[in-house]
Amino acid sequence: MYEFILPNAWLIPALPFLAFALIGLFLHRWPKVSAGLSIFAIAAAFILSLPIAAAVFAEEGGAVFEFSTRWLSMPGLNIDMGLLLDPLTAVMLIVVTSIASLVQIYSLGYMKGDPGIASYYSYQSLFAASMLGLVVANNFGQMFVFWELVGICSYFLIGFWFGKESAKNAAIKAFVTNRVGDFGFLLGILFLQIIFGTLNFAGLSQEMAGYTNMAVLIPVAVLLFFGPMGKSAQFPLHVWLPDAMEGPTPVSALIHAATMVAAGVYLVARAFFIFSSVPQAMTFIAVIGGITAIFAATIAITQNDIKRILAYSTLSQLGYMMMAMGVGAMTAGMFHLMTHAFFKSLLFLGAGSVIVAMHEEQDIWKMGNLYKKMPITTWTFVIGALSLCGIPPLAGFWSKDEILLAAYASGNTGLYVLGALVAFLTAFYMFRLIFVAFFGSNTYGQEKAHENSGVMTIPLIILAIAAVFAGFVNSPLMHHAFGHFVNNPAGIQPEPSTAIMISSTLIALAGIILAWVIYQKKLISHEALRDKYSVIYNLLKNKYYVDELYARLGDIFVFGAARAMFWFDIHVVNGLVNGIAFLTGKSGDVLRYTEDGQVQSYALYMVAGIMILVVVATIAAVSVIV
Amino acid sequence: MDISLLLTEIMVALLGLLVLVLGLALPARGKTVVNRFALLGMIAILAYSITAFSQKASFFNGVYQIDMFGSYFKLLFLSAGILVMLMAGKYISRFEEKSSEFYGLMILATLGMMLMSSAGEFITLYVGLELMTISFYILTAYLQNDKLSAEAGLKYLILGAVSSAILLFGISLVYAMTGTTMFTEIAAAFTMQPALLAGVVLIIAGFAFKISVVPFHMWTPDIYQGAPIPITTYLSVGSKAAGFAALVRVFMVAINGADASFDWSMLLAILAALTIIIGNLIALSQKDVKRLLAYSSIAQAGYILVGVVAANSFGLKGVLFYAMIYVFANTGAFAVATAVEVDTGKTGIEAFAGLSKRSPMLAAIMTICMLSLAGIPPMAGFAGKFYLFAGAVQNGYLWLAVIGLIMSMVSVYYYLGVSKAMYIGENENDSPVLTTGGSTVALWICVLATILLGVYPGPLSELAGYAIQILM
Repeated sequence: MYEFILPNAWLIPALPFLAFALIGLFLHRWPKVSAGLSIFAIAAAFILSLPIAAAVFAEEGGAVFEFSTRWLSMPGLNIDMGLLLDPLTAVMLIVVTSIASLVQIYSLGYMKGDPGIASYYSYQSLFAASMLGLVVANNFGQMFVFWELVGICSYFLIGFWFGKESAKNAAIKAFVTNRVGDFGFLLGILFLQIIFGTLNFAGLSQEMAGYTNMAVLIPVAVLLFFGPMGKSAQFPLHVWLPDAMEGPTPVSALIHAATMVAAGVYLVARAFFIFSSVPQAMTFIAVIGGITAIFAATIAITQNDIKRILAYSTLSQLGYMMMAMGVGAMTAGMFHLMTHAFFKSLLFLGAGSVIVAMHEEQDIWKMGNLYKKMPITTWTFVIGALSLCGIPPLAGFWSKDEILLAAYASGNTGLYVLGALVAFLTAFYMFRLIFVAFFGSNTYGQEKAHENSGVMTIPLIILAIAAVFAGFVNSPLMHHAFGHFVNNPAGIQPEPSTAIMISSTLIALAGIILAWVIYQKKLISHEALRDKYSVIYNLLKNKYYVDELYARLGDIFVFGAARAMFWFDIHVVNGLVNGIAFLTGKSGDVLRYTEDGQVQSYALYMVAGIMILVVVATIAAVSVIV
Repeated sequence: MDISLLLTEIMVALLGLLVLVLGLALPARGKTVVNRFALLGMIAILAYSITAFSQKASFFNGVYQIDMFGSYFKLLFLSAGILVMLMAGKYISRFEEKSSEFYGLMILATLGMMLMSSAGEFITLYVGLELMTISFYILTAYLQNDKLSAEAGLKYLILGAVSSAILLFGISLVYAMTGTTMFTEIAAAFTMQPALLAGVVLIIAGFAFKISVVPFHMWTPDIYQGAPIPITTYLSVGSKAAGFAALVRVFMVAINGADASFDWSMLLAILAALTIIIGNLIALSQKDVKRLLAYSSIAQAGYILVGVVAANSFGLKGVLFYAMIYVFANTGAFAVATAVEVDTGKTGIEAFAGLSKRSPMLAAIMTICMLSLAGIPPMAGFAGKFYLFAGAVQNGYLWLAVIGLIMSMVSVYYYLGVSKAMYIGENENDSPVLTTGGSTVALWICVLATILLGVYPGPLSELAGYAIQILM
């Protein structure tokens, strides 16, 4: 069994890709067949992932399998296509295939009646294929290819309803912002190739062992981190993710919460050997992560759109993971990636269920009392929120606790305080959402609301189970099994601390209680608060005006440069280009007349050609002989 | 001497003769069966030749060489022949009772190509070349009621005869000065003398005619335009590859490196540069897709010649690699042109207008093949040009690679001109262009190979690497 499946793990990305190709080429006229094929492919990929994970985890500390084939070779450059199957890959495979399967099933209900179902599923399949290709890559070159592919799928899916102006703009914004990050990433990869002569992860790890030239390594590591900053929406490249919520909600759940945005974190984990050897880069990562976490959490408390609250929450949690990576806790970061994938996709799918029930209403203030009409959605949503807030013994508790612990143990007290504050804010904004939307007194639109069908609620239930139990794999109850497999010698895995556990739980509870006091019991009027601190409120409500700042900078620099170049293009380049094009075209026209259709002249040209050749050769030969 | 090693050649010869005889013997209704038989026979031989790829033997004291270099080209000729037969089914059916001879002659032409790629001395090479060329004379003039076809056949015959004379004259001069026609012995007896020099120049000119290198290219557009399209296709991918196979073997074994004091590659470099420049420039002003593809094929021959100039492992690998992918890209383009010609009776660019609305798949395939010919990644043409130009740069011919790159850019204009017509042009006729089952299969094989070999060139380039080991 293992002998077959391990070298053939390429089937895992290949199956969804095949589904994409078949749907795109042949099946797009039959939406139901397309959806079925897509779901079948991703489910098959999930089933194939199981024995791989079993094989990897069968060995103490985790087995590592690498298979590779030469893709392109020339002197000085070899690019391979390969599979790297280790605990890190196995975790990602399981997370991606399981959530993608559930999301695709859920989409059957969510996208019902949409005219573009076939293309939706073809993009979903292409995304799954690209994401899985990224996960199994054994070198940076291959990873970059799939990195770009997931980006383009994200672009397609954000702009899926391209008739909507806002969706179109959001797709372009996501794409352009990611280009900025990817440019740095590509430069970093090129530097690695130039300096070390290989892009293979294991090979690089060996080559770098004795390399200590920090003047080179610092810029390379920072450039590499540009990629994760774009893809995982870290400050200051975070602006695209909230707007990406214009896409269908299952897309937000899968791509913009659970998997693609986590690819940046995965990359940092995969290249941990590079980053951990450059302390300055680690500090950079930790600080960027910390800033993103607090920055997004503060914005989230003022948002009213259910999906945007979750989007800022995702930003904030991604910042958490990066912060964990930055302080050296690779295990904690990956662990949180995994649990977050489950509970955040649950929350998004729950939000999608509400949006369907409320007929495309996304403003939480226009919802209320949904728990009566939509019990399954409500209670699974609450479970997801409790997990996100870190209430024991749910999954989020174990992973968040480890991040706080790592921040504390690494001696970065500032980051620990920041993390604790984020935990408090997280609990607050999540339960603000829940008390207003699910338990609020507003009855507007309630008569329309209804619980959704099984294809939507069953994935919610399955994810809720995962959101409860997924944390145990790295808890003392299971002897920190996750950490035994997913770790790095350069990383830290501090001993659990009861004090941190208790304090972080209390902080989360405090946030929930405060939300309850304000939004449920209404002991404090939130309107009064808003009016009293209107400066802060407006700053947060407008997302610190980052978008406006970028728009101004873009207008000055990008469009300014564009105008200058436009002038140059019209007045200088055009003349040159048109002149050359004219000459080229004309010379073709003239030469055309050598072809006069006469056999005699053809033969004449041939003989003349031979004579010239003989003369040339003779001159050359004489010069050699003499 | 183990005759079984010649099985591929023997089977092709038998198949060709059998198809000719059966075609004559059977009544008109039996022709389709014979035609099917010819196609299946070719496929079976291709399958056999794959298993025989790594065989190695020398016959009649080196007159005929079985090696991987020859095997590679045999795969190429057989694949090209099969693709052409697949795409030509409907086109050929118009010949009715003469259709079996058409297949028979094609198979014999294939045999000629095989002999050329495996010949170890000049007379054998010449016999193979004539077998191929004479078959093509007939096939070119096959459209009996078509003035252009008859004209093309006659022109090809006259100019082909001239080029054969030139080649033979060159061979005789070389024989006079070295006393042998064997490649390996010529290399040993090579000394720099004026007559030998002239002989080699004449031999190069003879091959240059076959691969349509400027200034020996003049026949190409007229014959490509006049000949039945399947034959144009086979001329451009098969006959040309055979010319390259022979040129590479003669050049590497007999001429180059024999006398290190004289570097023949400069002569070829000048020819390659001229070919690339003139082929591309004249293609710019063509209004007929067949003529456009003819000039494009001249330019493509120039690119391949760059690899021969490089004469290192990189460049020669490029020659073999490019010749193979050229089969797929060019056959794909010609197959679409065939479908359009069968449908509209025309091959002007205006006949392709609006094709994307009539048959989106055909338009997409044409575009992909054109992009490959232009050398745009991720199509196979990019990988091929990369090997060719990288080889030239390695051998110090940076200027030649630069010319190749610049003219590749120029070529994008006329290749995409066809795409522009297909996607932007309007056509009042919006019924789909019909393709037969066979040509659909051929189109899919071409487009898949063009994409796959572009995305994953590794295996084919490794195969080409094995094939050229014998020459290094």
